[in-house]
Amino acid sequence: MDNNPSIHVYNEWDIVVARQSGRDLAKSLGFGEVDQARITTAISELARNIYLYAKQGEIEVSPVYEGDKVGIKIISRDNGPGIKDVMKALEDGYSTSGGLGAGLPGVKRLMDEFSIESSEGKGTLITAVKWKLF
Amino acid sequence: MRIPILKLGNYLLVSIQIELDDKTAVQFQQDLLNMIHKTGSTGVVIDLTSVQMIDSYIARVLGDVVKMSELLGCEVIFTGIQPAVSITLIDLGIGFRNIKTAMNLEQGLEKLKQSLEG
Repeated sequence: MDNNPSIHVYNEWDIVVARQSGRDLAKSLGFGEVDQARITTAISELARNIYLYAKQGEIEVSPVYEGDKVGIKIISRDNGPGIKDVMKALEDGYSTSGGLGAGLPGVKRLMDEFSIESSEGKGTLITAVKWKLF
Repeated sequence: MRIPILKLGNYLLVSIQIELDDKTAVQFQQDLLNMIHKTGSTGVVIDLTSVQMIDSYIARVLGDVVKMSELLGCEVIFTGIQPAVSITLIDLGIGFRNIKTAMNLEQGLEKLKQSLEG
C-alpha cells in the first residue's frame, strides 16, 4: 500500500474518493463498522466543505499511534476564504451555504479529537482523530 | 450512474446498491419524481440496506425526496437503514424526523399498504 498520499479535492467525485480511502484505512486498522461509518462520514463532510467553500484543497488520512493506542487522523487543508467566525461555525444549525448546517459540529461529534485553525483569506486547517477502542 | 426504479402495482420500489455521490443523488431525486408523476404511484419504498454512509448532504437530498414526493401525493418509506448509518445520522444531528422507516423491504411494503389502503 502506498503511504497515504493526500487526496486533492476539487470536484464532487473527489469527495467519494476521499471517503473511500478513509474507509479502506479504517478497515485495515481494524476499526469496527460503526467507527468506519463515523470516519467515512466525517471525511465526507470535510471534503464537501472544501469543495463548497474553498473550491479546492486536500484531505489526508493517516494512521496515528500513541503508546498502545491506534487511531486514524484526518487532515483537511485548503487555501480558501477561511471561516469568519469559527465559534459560530461550530454551532449546530449554523450554515452560510444554505446547507443543513450539520457539517463541523457533526464532525466534532463523530470524531474523538477535533481542532480547527482558520483565518479569513488564508484558508482552513482542520485536524480530527478517531481512536480505536480495544 | 442511475439508480433503477421498479414499478410494483401502485408502488415504486428502489434499492440503492451503490455508494451515493452528490450527482447520482440529485439525479435520483429527479428520476423518482418523474416516475411518480408518470405512473401515478401512491407509495415508494426506498431500501437503503446496501448504503454504508449517509452524510449531511445526502441526508438532505433524501429528506427532500420525501417532501417532494408528498407534494405529488405519494408516500415514501425508507427501509433497511444500517445500525452504523443510524448512529452516524444521530451524531450528525440528523434524525430523519417525520420520515417513515421500516426494518426491511417486506415490513416497508406492509407499512405502506396499511397506511394507504387501511
